[in-house]
Amino acid sequence: MSDATATTSSSPAGYAGSALAAVPRAGWHVGTVAAVRRETPNAARLELEVETWPGNAAGQHLDVRLTAPDGYTATRSYSIASSGPSTRVVLAIDKLPDGEVSPFLVDEVRVGDQVEVHGPLGAFFVWRPDGAPHASTRARPVQLIGGGSGIVPLYAMAQAHHDALDLTPFRMLYSVRTPDDLYFADELMALEASDAFRLDLVYTRRIPEGWPTPAGRVTREGLASAALPADERPIVYVCGSTGFVERVASWLIELGHDPRDIRTERFGGL
Amino acid sequence: MQHVDGNAIAGPLAEFFAFDATTAVARCNGCGSVAELARAMVYTSPAGSVLRCAECDQVLATLVESEDRAWIGFSGVSAIEVRRG
Amino acid sequence: MSFITRGFSGRSRERDDRLPPGQTLVHDFPVLSAGPTPDVDTAEWEFTIRTEAGVHRWNWDEFMSLKIDDVDTDIHCVTHWSKLGTRWRGVSLDTLFDDVETQLDYVMAHSYGGYTTNIPLDELLDGKAWVAFEFDGEPLDPEHGGPARLLVPHLYFWKSAKWVRGLEMMDQDEPGFWEQNGYHLHGDPWKEERYW
Repeated sequence: MSDATATTSSSPAGYAGSALAAVPRAGWHVGTVAAVRRETPNAARLELEVETWPGNAAGQHLDVRLTAPDGYTATRSYSIASSGPSTRVVLAIDKLPDGEVSPFLVDEVRVGDQVEVHGPLGAFFVWRPDGAPHASTRARPVQLIGGGSGIVPLYAMAQAHHDALDLTPFRMLYSVRTPDDLYFADELMALEASDAFRLDLVYTRRIPEGWPTPAGRVTREGLASAALPADERPIVYVCGSTGFVERVASWLIELGHDPRDIRTERFGGL
Repeated sequence: MQHVDGNAIAGPLAEFFAFDATTAVARCNGCGSVAELARAMVYTSPAGSVLRCAECDQVLATLVESEDRAWIGFSGVSAIEVRRG
Repeated sequence: MSFITRGFSGRSRERDDRLPPGQTLVHDFPVLSAGPTPDVDTAEWEFTIRTEAGVHRWNWDEFMSLKIDDVDTDIHCVTHWSKLGTRWRGVSLDTLFDDVETQLDYVMAHSYGGYTTNIPLDELLDGKAWVAFEFDGEPLDPEHGGPARLLVPHLYFWKSAKWVRGLEMMDQDEPGFWEQNGYHLHGDPWKEERYW
């Protein structure tokens, strides 16, 4: 059984140049489920083999469309955990309690199943080793802040940073409910071996044995101490529920970060 | 029902534009604020998606999709800008 | 492209003979929104009817002292869901237009928050429409349009403007918000008048 971890090398070739050509053109593709495994008690990691995939930048997403026998369709967006030219596209899907698509993708889907996907999508919430999409060519340090499944595109960025042997200082602040809910736990641990990457975890409901701080949500003070300070002018990427993103973004502005340096992606919900 | 942001409609927008429109920049006709469409607040439902200015809440654009057609309206924006070369 | 996903059927889609074409019966009450939910205090609430002659106004207390109807009706959303036998309380548009003189035939409904929708006047009168403030025995929830919404059940429910604040008489039928953006000017569910 092959290692389900799909690590890919990022490839700046074909991504440089104008913003119009900066990310591959989105299209509809058919993906075949190559691997599926439980990521957390409530989430699955899905690997799709997408033959016609043009590759994707770290942080992009795709839309999955499911079609019922009577023609009814349901489409939902999922962030891509992988990046680069590979046709192996990795998703990590959180099962929503009243969901229509996520329970199917987490509990029902089998290796060999085919799904329609639209992508790669989104050129805004993207990090590339060559410093794009930001105007300045000098690479800025990066602060990633993720809540729950919001970590998926941020993990893609951290992995791309590692694979490109990029030494830009990267910090990740990851807020999860319990240790069982960590996405990409092994991969993140491996990334921590690099001096160019630092991970700060916040457990909001239950902490692991021996954890120095009690369980609780990210606070403004916690953010101030974990995140790169405003005077280092990081590019900050924040992803998670709408409530989480907006709380964190407003604190970042209070802490002196320029709103233009903060890129957000809201998943909805509080 | 919580809003999301312009990233969420990258897929439907791709049906209209040859480039990723979430990085396209627009000026709000209401307050003059200039920002990428990804920064707009997006209220989405099966009836359609409404993009609102993050500063003043005015409607910038609307997206409606039926089975075989889609509509995009830019009622609150005077022009959109993309970066070249 | 006709592509069926193995094993996927989606939420159950209950059909019913009493429904207009293309509709599915639901038992919850979906919330669809085009923007943030307005926060309107009944102490500040006002309903107006603007004609070529002037403006008629009611504040909340004046409104509540008008004749109130109990309404039991089916509602149909253009997004394919329908609810049968929904119960409302509201003031009939016939009551509101009792003392209103106008030669104009069309109405634009305006809501707190900026939403608009157009309806011909004769489709608001003769027992066809209300300004409703109670749903299912409870004060109308803000996410469903409270304190008061228009209720025009014979048309697709986007015409039943949430957070209604007034009606403006027009001499021509002009498209409101959704009508400008792809939806049908009239919106009869029995003729499936959904889009342009």
